[in-house]
Amino acid sequence: MIHKFKDIVLIEEDEIYKENVLDHYKNPRNFGSLKDYTFKSKEFNSSCGDEIEIFIKFKHSKIIESKFIGRGCAISQASASMLTDILRGKTLDQVKSIHKKDILELLGIQVGIVRMNCALLPLKSLHNGVNRYEK
Amino acid sequence: MKVKQLLNLKEIRKEFPVLRTKVHEKKLIYLDNAATTQKPNQVISSITDFYTKYNSNVHRGIHKLSEMATLQFELAHKTVSKFINADFEEIIFTSGTTESLNLLANSLGSELNSNDEVVLTIMEHHSNLIPWQQMSKKIGFKLKFIGITSDGKLDMNQAKSLITKNTKIVSVVHVSNAIGTINPIKELIDLAHNAGAIIIIDAAQSVPHMTIDVKKLDCDFLVFSGHKMLGPTGIGVLYGKRTLLENMQPFLYGGNMIREVKLETSTWADLPEKFEAGTPNISGAIGLAAAINYLTRIGMNSIESYEKELLNYASEQLSTIKGITIYGPKDERSCVLSFNVEGIHPHDISTLLDREGVAVRGGHHCTMPLMKVLDLTGTVRASFYFYNTFEEVDGLVKAIIKAKQVFGYDS
Repeated sequence: MIHKFKDIVLIEEDEIYKENVLDHYKNPRNFGSLKDYTFKSKEFNSSCGDEIEIFIKFKHSKIIESKFIGRGCAISQASASMLTDILRGKTLDQVKSIHKKDILELLGIQVGIVRMNCALLPLKSLHNGVNRYEK
Repeated sequence: MKVKQLLNLKEIRKEFPVLRTKVHEKKLIYLDNAATTQKPNQVISSITDFYTKYNSNVHRGIHKLSEMATLQFELAHKTVSKFINADFEEIIFTSGTTESLNLLANSLGSELNSNDEVVLTIMEHHSNLIPWQQMSKKIGFKLKFIGITSDGKLDMNQAKSLITKNTKIVSVVHVSNAIGTINPIKELIDLAHNAGAIIIIDAAQSVPHMTIDVKKLDCDFLVFSGHKMLGPTGIGVLYGKRTLLENMQPFLYGGNMIREVKLETSTWADLPEKFEAGTPNISGAIGLAAAINYLTRIGMNSIESYEKELLNYASEQLSTIKGITIYGPKDERSCVLSFNVEGIHPHDISTLLDREGVAVRGGHHCTMPLMKVLDLTGTVRASFYFYNTFEEVDGLVKAIIKAKQVFGYDS
């Protein structure tokens, strides 16, 4: 019983792994750590072992640089890449007003209940960092 | 292929309504059986019958319905005890493997002192690690862990050196839920007994797939869950040798488990009630008995032989995929195939397989220490049961290849 699997047709657009997401996963923007950060923050997703550490550098109350390191699935890594990409020039208050819906808009995909934690891990890391920094 | 005729898959699959479900408009290929199995009509109707025809509490009511419920509940004890060749009094119903292990860790662990040692393995499910870890903090006994060899088997040389006269309890998993390794429990039972220690077998992943005879094994305790063997969730089993159970302190206190209660003191009921406080999971026990009757009718030997061939086929077919790594031993492996595909996270594979109707598990499988030893954050786990077909294995392979294509890798 020998089966061949060559005749598989790819669906044109898969709802979750859009090209944009895969691009950010394979070529993450702002990947790396910062030495002279204003604050850094690390979060884990205990159900899958994903981790994201975000580094933020402020100058004159505005973010001038943001980077991240970590490992995990395409959703969490793409989310971190996209999030760190939009932070430049933002104030602390503007960072605090980034919500779940903004992340989902950035990703541009449907995320189910099980994978939502992956999508939101970078934002959680960022917000926890902000909270600790403000204290 | 001859082995396929061992079981009449067409007839068997008719009995499992869920297997006809469509997922993302694809035929469901259910390969998450190590997490929980699907239920046949026989199990579903036994539960429905209880709730629609004779629902009542057991042991107490002197009325017809209670009598019927009590009879079925007692029969369930008998069915389970016969299934693993135990005596009636030696079968305690719990909520599952986790509760069984917590009961043992609490009841046996509290009798230990700070010079005593408990030996576990690094491949334990969290449910056979954390209860001992927490009791050890409270009582002060030491925990020791048997490691694994490079091919994912238990390091039996280390086992021999770790199990000593200081060892009071050995608690080991029979089949690893994460990588499928079948551990040499007979050898471990002998090692423990020669050292004068009690041995507990976590059989959650073995009782559903192979014949288990507790008398032949001579293990002291053996625990498993109903829902991984066609039964409902919330019902599990603790087997213990009668003399050991008789000498143990109860774990949960309340109704049903007592003989005489005064304001200051109480005495305990006989086995098995001594360990079954409160109203038991009656429908769960009845459902589990129906599951065992169903498994027995098909035959555990046939199930084991069929699954072995199915697993070999799956292992062969998956190995042909470029960039795949399969974990665990090639031989001595039960119905679990744990793997990773180069460049794709286990959760991404699981999501993409789901889009093709293939249900698998991605993650650390509640074995974080084992994942650390294997230097992994997680794996994709395809786990089989006897109702899975060779064609479903082909479906799995196709779905993995498609997932690779989505991520831009060659098949």
